[in-house]
Amino acid sequence: MPDEPEHELELTSPLVPLFVITNGRALPPDHEYEHTTLVMAAPESAAAARTLSPEAGQVMELVADGFLSVAEVAGHTHLPLGIVRILLAQLEEDGLILVRRPIPRAERVDRELVSAVLDGLKNRFGA
Amino acid sequence: MYLDPDVSHAVKILIVGHFGVGKTTCIGSLSEIEPLRTEEEITEASEGYDDLSGTPHKKTTTVAMDFGRLTLSDTLVLYLFGTPGQERFKEMWEELSRGALGALVLVDPERLHESFPVLDLVESFGLAYAIGVNHFEGTTDYPLDEIHEALNLTADTPVVRCDVRDETTSAQALITLVTHLMSQLG
Repeated sequence: MPDEPEHELELTSPLVPLFVITNGRALPPDHEYEHTTLVMAAPESAAAARTLSPEAGQVMELVADGFLSVAEVAGHTHLPLGIVRILLAQLEEDGLILVRRPIPRAERVDRELVSAVLDGLKNRFGA
Repeated sequence: MYLDPDVSHAVKILIVGHFGVGKTTCIGSLSEIEPLRTEEEITEASEGYDDLSGTPHKKTTTVAMDFGRLTLSDTLVLYLFGTPGQERFKEMWEELSRGALGALVLVDPERLHESFPVLDLVESFGLAYAIGVNHFEGTTDYPLDEIHEALNLTADTPVVRCDVRDETTSAQALITLVTHLMSQLG
């Protein structure tokens, strides 16, 4: 296996370590993993998850037992949202996560959904 | 920590306002989880110094955004995103406003003029909104109709008093917003 050529890395630039974390991958279109997109580890993904980069492994561990939003993944891992998105794109491509995307915005907001939000808030706060 | 396994709908409402108005406190009062923070990337015009990234006129910076969560049923979860109200965060607004149900605009009655850029943003992104007037006990109690008028709001825009440190009045402000959203759907 040939050695990778040594690149001179500009270590003062914040982009360099992030670039390394994502293995050089580019950002997917942002709406692909919106803040409220929900993700969870796929069944039987644990073995494959052990071979991932530390950051991707951290994401897999976090969502091992249930759904969390993309925003929560970023919040818990302290990774920038842009990095989380790239990692998730990679994990989804490898079949390691299940993804539930928000319903695309309709022409008008769904009345039934807003009504369910209102009922939910009233129940929760006893109003 | 995890959502209900049957969760099928994740919706969002933006809690917006100028710097220091109490967005994060409001989210903390309402959220079922300890509020979390994301690092969002935005591009800004760079000042006149050498830029190593190779794009001389723009630079990428990160902005912290706090958010919280409210489970409303087995299948429905609501996220509250505390969105900063400055014009230079427009890029974040573009993404966050997409699919958002509406916005709760928090205002400080002592600094009403600082809320105009926020209202401009909310309106330019076509978000329905209600005003939550953050009122601490012991501060001047401005009449809500005067605030309504000072902010130059349309007649049907709800204005409600709340103390962002308090769950009950914060929840009432949120309920007022969602009731308003319902009425707008006819």
